[in-house]
Amino acid sequence: MERVIVAMQDPDMGVKMRNQRLLITVIPHAMTGNDVIEWLIQKYNITEEEARHLGGLLVQYGYIYPLRDPRSLLLRSDDSPYRFQTPYFWTSSRWPASELDYAIYLAKKNIRKQGELVDYEKENYSILHKRINHTWDFVVMQAREQLRASKQRRKADRIVLECQEQAYWLINKPCVNMPLYYHYTTTIQLRYYYYTTIIHRRALGRNRVKSSICLESFMKYSEQYLHHDPIMSGCLPSNPWISDDTAHWTINTDMVGTPTRLRVERWSFSFMELLNDSMGRREFMIYLEKEFSAENLCFWVACEDLRHGESSKIILKVEEVYKNFLAPGAARWVNIDSKTMERTLEGIKRPHRFIMDDAQMHIYFLMKKDSYPRYLKSELYKNMLAKAIVPQETKKSVFPFMRRQRHSSPSPAMVTQATEDDGKAKGAGPTGTSSTTNSQI
Amino acid sequence: MRFSINPEMATQEVQPNETLTNLKAESDTLKTKLEDERAKLHDVELHQVAEKVDGLGQFIMKTRRTLKGHGNKVLCMDWCKDKRRIVSSSQDGKVIVWDAFTTNKEHAVTMPCTWVMACAYAPSGCAVACGGLDNKCSVYPLSLDKNENLAAKKKSVAMHTNYLSACSFTNSDMQILTSSGDGTCALWDVESGQLLQSFHGHAADVLCLDLAPSETGNTFVSGGCDKKANVWDMRSGQCIQSFETHESDINSVRYYPSGDAFASGSDDATCRLYDLRADREVAIYSKESIIFGASSVDFSLSGRLLFGGYNDYTINVWDVLKGTRVSILFGHENRVSTLRLSPDGTAFCSGSWDHTLRVRDRGYHLEPVTSATVCLILVSSSSCLSLMPVPSPFYFIRTASFITFGP
Repeated sequence: MERVIVAMQDPDMGVKMRNQRLLITVIPHAMTGNDVIEWLIQKYNITEEEARHLGGLLVQYGYIYPLRDPRSLLLRSDDSPYRFQTPYFWTSSRWPASELDYAIYLAKKNIRKQGELVDYEKENYSILHKRINHTWDFVVMQAREQLRASKQRRKADRIVLECQEQAYWLINKPCVNMPLYYHYTTTIQLRYYYYTTIIHRRALGRNRVKSSICLESFMKYSEQYLHHDPIMSGCLPSNPWISDDTAHWTINTDMVGTPTRLRVERWSFSFMELLNDSMGRREFMIYLEKEFSAENLCFWVACEDLRHGESSKIILKVEEVYKNFLAPGAARWVNIDSKTMERTLEGIKRPHRFIMDDAQMHIYFLMKKDSYPRYLKSELYKNMLAKAIVPQETKKSVFPFMRRQRHSSPSPAMVTQATEDDGKAKGAGPTGTSSTTNSQI
Repeated sequence: MRFSINPEMATQEVQPNETLTNLKAESDTLKTKLEDERAKLHDVELHQVAEKVDGLGQFIMKTRRTLKGHGNKVLCMDWCKDKRRIVSSSQDGKVIVWDAFTTNKEHAVTMPCTWVMACAYAPSGCAVACGGLDNKCSVYPLSLDKNENLAAKKKSVAMHTNYLSACSFTNSDMQILTSSGDGTCALWDVESGQLLQSFHGHAADVLCLDLAPSETGNTFVSGGCDKKANVWDMRSGQCIQSFETHESDINSVRYYPSGDAFASGSDDATCRLYDLRADREVAIYSKESIIFGASSVDFSLSGRLLFGGYNDYTINVWDVLKGTRVSILFGHENRVSTLRLSPDGTAFCSGSWDHTLRVRDRGYHLEPVTSATVCLILVSSSSCLSLMPVPSPFYFIRTASFITFGP
């Protein structure tokens, strides 16, 4: 059936389409019933009766819909206007019309013009209202949303869309009286089991770890992080939410002079902890520079920037990385195994966001296995640990009748803008927020 | 369970020769085989391993801040990396950025649609993303000029064919991961609005997602109305693991801090823990007295505690290792819709349909007494005085501790 439709829509050989008039508005790309029949007769060399029958079927299955008197699904061999249904609404490409969509459509109709619902539609509406009452909010919201969106279209477009939708629902209205389980068509079920089969097959092929080992690791993790968990063990000098004192946050900022002991200890838990803390990363970089292997970390940072940065800068960044780290004789050449290097260089010809992934992972594991353990044993780290402060726990005074003032902090958005403004005149900057005034919004 | 109409899925390839019954039979046999394989390596239960760990005893949690200002149900919230700011969204279309520490509102945006079911704070703290019934995810840069209309600078990033259920920034401000009622998840480039990757495999609405804190930073987990929790590879778009043990819609998923496991909360009134290396469910957190679904879950920083917000207005706190409940928290007057731990683990915030958000923390026996409770102390201390000849500060503290109990 669709083959016929596509042929009909062919601009040269297809049915003659004109702008038809419907009441006052002009509908583009419409045709008369007569045209359709004529075309069918000509193209398929059939009789008028057959053409009328075929045309009628096309209307009944929803591929063509009448603009005037849409409820009568007949192909009239006169000059009543018809239109092709957009492929989005073709019966074959659509999943079964769900109750929810139908409810939204009915709600829309009801809102648009009270009393426009025909008898059977009114009945369906009340049945649906009872059945899916718990999501009725959602239905009404979606209906309003769609109406609002459609109001912004040109009148001709709007009428066309309304007709298309109406035609679709005339043919495909779900049987509202059926039980709650939807009719799964074969295609849908096929798709579901196809996906599931692939996933199961893949799962069967994977390596699994014994439960005892996995669960043991949870014990270890919880134990290791116990003292770092403020809800479990409290935090020093005090939990800001309890004492209204932000000291805990100020001593743990990125660029503080001396870090806390807990923070430095955490760097020894895993390589990821070290890299995630900007101060840790900085310290590690200093160490690597001493070892003359700083290019590894620089490369890793550059790759991260590539992976998470703007799409528009990808090609530029890939070039930079190549120039600085991978090209023969590069200033900071990184030592990757030949296979990975080959693959990466090949991939650079068509650069994309993940092109450096293999190389990045290689360098990451290199640092993790080699440089990281040595860093933890180094003098640099040990000094850091010795220098680190252990803040005094603030004595909880029992009778502070006055609640401590809660100070605002500069918004992160402001901080970045301030660094931008540094270049320009520090004119009408945002007002300081060091007082506890309530903002009015 | 509903199948949303999504024309995208109509174009996927399906082997024409396999009949439905054959495929179903194959799928079922594979499933049984898989369960057998998984069972082979399951040599011990979590609570057995946890026997050697000390129990936690009863926990007291206290509300430290109550954020009032939303005019309607709070649907979603997210913390800023600065550990004190929060963005929250509600049913009336309002998205508010608070400094939760001072309880001041800093920004407010009115979305053009209602039911804003997803919101996220950008890692830099300079923007927020939100979306819902408008089927889109929009990014609003946070302006410091109070007079500027934030909605003017809005950038539409994601486009789905059904409602947006969850969104999250990846490691930077440049990419957003979204999940939608159309059954798919998608990764978007914020700058251009381009779709970078889409993830197909859920058979019904996807309700939640969470990014993995792993070293390679390339996977995420999503949960949906098809009772499945899927783990995806962000780069290839493939589903690498799938878990189907829940009995109803999965409302929330959250990774364990180490990234080796994740927890899920579902309408079947249970929370479950799935281990990714063992490739199976390892714990169920449920109680016969809990019959309402869990809408959101999160771990404490060490992963020892699991906080679950439920539809019966309560928050249950579970001991992850032992599987027991350590605390039940009241205070909200309607269902808890969202719950997140702060980035440094000092507190957790819960949002509810009662229009408020509450920031909660551990309560201690020895706590600063506020003026409101002073008169109560004086009253009770006088009764103490009649028993004890010498009033001492020690006894004042004792009575104070009884009064400061409670949520």
